[in-house]
Amino acid sequence: MAKWSMVIDLDKCVACQGCSIACRFENNTPVVAPDQANLGRAIRWNDVFPLPVNPTEETGEYPDVKSQYMTRPCMHCENPPCIKVCPVGATIINEEGIVEQNYARCIGCRFCTVGCPYGVRYFNWYKPSWEPPLDQHLTPDRVEGKGVLEGPVVRPAGVVEKCTYCIHRLKKARAQAEAEAREFRADDYVPACVQTCTGKARFFGDLDDPESTVSQLAKNSRSFRLLEDEGTHPKTIYLREG
Amino acid sequence: MLQIDREYKEKLIDPLFAPLDRGFKLSAAVLLAIVLWGAFLYIRQVVVGLGVTGMGRPVYWSMYIVNFIFFIGISHAGTLISAILRVTGAEWRRPITRVAEAITVFALIVGSMQILIDMGRIDRLPFTVIFGRLQSPIMWDIISVTLYLLGSVTYLFLPLMPDMAIIRDNLPEDAPKWRQIFYTILSLGWRGTKRQWLRLEKAIAFMAVFIIPVAVSVHSIISWILASTLQPGWHSTIFGPYFVIGAIFSGIGALFIAMTAIRKVLGLEKYITHRQYRNLGLLFIAMNAIWFYFTFAENLGLATGQQTYEMPILAIKLWGEFAPSFWLMVACMAVAFYILVVPPMLPKKVENAAFVFSPRFVTGSAVAASFFILLLVSSQLSDDPILGFVDNAIVSTILWSVLILNVFFILLGLSQWFKSHPVTATVIASVLVVIGMWLERWNIIIPTVTHPMLVPYATYTPSLTEISISVASLAGFLLMFMIFFKLFPAIAIWELAEGKVIEEAQNQVVIPEPQPNEKRRRWGFR
Repeated sequence: MAKWSMVIDLDKCVACQGCSIACRFENNTPVVAPDQANLGRAIRWNDVFPLPVNPTEETGEYPDVKSQYMTRPCMHCENPPCIKVCPVGATIINEEGIVEQNYARCIGCRFCTVGCPYGVRYFNWYKPSWEPPLDQHLTPDRVEGKGVLEGPVVRPAGVVEKCTYCIHRLKKARAQAEAEAREFRADDYVPACVQTCTGKARFFGDLDDPESTVSQLAKNSRSFRLLEDEGTHPKTIYLREG
Repeated sequence: MLQIDREYKEKLIDPLFAPLDRGFKLSAAVLLAIVLWGAFLYIRQVVVGLGVTGMGRPVYWSMYIVNFIFFIGISHAGTLISAILRVTGAEWRRPITRVAEAITVFALIVGSMQILIDMGRIDRLPFTVIFGRLQSPIMWDIISVTLYLLGSVTYLFLPLMPDMAIIRDNLPEDAPKWRQIFYTILSLGWRGTKRQWLRLEKAIAFMAVFIIPVAVSVHSIISWILASTLQPGWHSTIFGPYFVIGAIFSGIGALFIAMTAIRKVLGLEKYITHRQYRNLGLLFIAMNAIWFYFTFAENLGLATGQQTYEMPILAIKLWGEFAPSFWLMVACMAVAFYILVVPPMLPKKVENAAFVFSPRFVTGSAVAASFFILLLVSSQLSDDPILGFVDNAIVSTILWSVLILNVFFILLGLSQWFKSHPVTATVIASVLVVIGMWLERWNIIIPTVTHPMLVPYATYTPSLTEISISVASLAGFLLMFMIFFKLFPAIAIWELAEGKVIEEAQNQVVIPEPQPNEKRRRWGFR
């Protein structure tokens, strides 16, 4: 079984936010008006923001600033705080290490959104809507099973959603490999943000395979994880700038 | 046919059948209107989505959760207190157990409704049963709150049963037919035989012991919902006992308010006496002291650790945007403590310092205090250069100290009045405590959700929907309380009668007279 992981090289990241846009179109995250965005209702499965998040005395004042940009998908922790608190099992970590979100099960209690220290989980405050012609360009992919609804399918109001490492792409790649009667390889599948990355700063692969790029990069002396000392063991790994 | 004293019938049963007076009708109508307004806004929220609240990322939990913790806390008034007093055989509990138990049931109903109101998908509520994961603290909460609600209803109903039979047998002639059927059904065939009494005593004794751990678990689990996350300010081991103590504390406050209201409205001064106020007041003071101890202990850890994400939570409470609500909470509790502790200790007559207790002294201190408040607040709000001198650390420290001194003077001046009006003083302290405890819940929830680790700091302003639903919840609580005591006696009649018998029996016991002091060698040898 693969253990999917993403490595983001902050030295190569140009903070173009291409990953966020690719994610938005791949996963049908709704667009909200500025007044709603100011209330914190904008949904960005992949977010780009300055670090530290809140200005401190050390970040300084313009033009004498020390700032760094961060791009953040879900961490897909190996020890996810979000799945531990879900009362109905609407969010689970699957055997390949992807933290999934089942929209057909979620009761909207928002315990996981409070439990996640990274803030990668988003809630649908209203029924999602798109202005024309955006509504004509929704990704048709659905990941649906018995009582399970996940992936890019349009979410109902009142449920939580999050980055899935484009789980529908994984399913499609598996089906493709099967149709071609060959074995599925780890490089058959990458999430949309990795595919689109302008600076080629994102790497994706199998952490269980010691020869894979992500395994090699994870051993790099520049590698670190967000909020490493919280004990969540993220599988989204960063390479430090500079 | 169960006989009771004429006095009990007049005082406790007849008011239930009296025609509704105007005050009752008017207040019930107003409360009902508020509840209906809240219900309308809730239905709108379900249809439109939770976007009608002031919540967003990262403020995923807000006022509904604050209300939830607050009301469940209030619910500890009753059952826990009445159970502890029953188990320990405190005789003075008798006139107040019914009120206490009623508070529990209604506060629990209103409190657990807050969670349902907060849910994004109320239609999926059955999923918690179908797919429930026992590992989740929310499931613990559902189980313990349900158990507590069922236990409290049982515990309210058991001592009610003999009373129902008493009313059934002592109905006024003009009582409507449906009331007769109502009480007959609820008395469940109670005849007052010896076997029935023994069974009832056994059942009440069992429930009293059973309900104590359940009540403790309820508020512990609520605190663990917060403590089991990694959020700064919540990830604390002290939360369980801290919440339980806070719950009992606010519960006693609510009980004082409710029992005083009932005492006043129904004229039960003969039964709910100063004995109840004094004894429960002692418990209240103890809870107040323990609450201060826990608050200090909780914040001391944050202050000395100075961790990256924890420290800002404390800083905004001590001197940041949450300073008003934090210090108001502390002030409420401190003033309540003063009112409960100091006035009863004063000597009856103070001749050397009589001027301190004169109205003139109080008015003077109040004027001075309001001047300092005005000065301090306006210097915060405006950029006026004349007020700039207040921004100086030394000046503002002096001003704050003088303000606190003036508040103390006001309290000191009022002390003789508090001493001569112990019931009113207790109610004032209780109102302060209940407000303070709501603020405490606010100060725990909101600073943390607005100051998470990796999301920019946010602010939270409750929307009209949230405020209306909160007010409607309180109105619903009061309405249920009012209607309940129009149908059921405010004091357990049989418990009062039982207490009387016990007291009379005790009075017959001859206690040996104290011996005069004689010169005796140690160990009593002459």
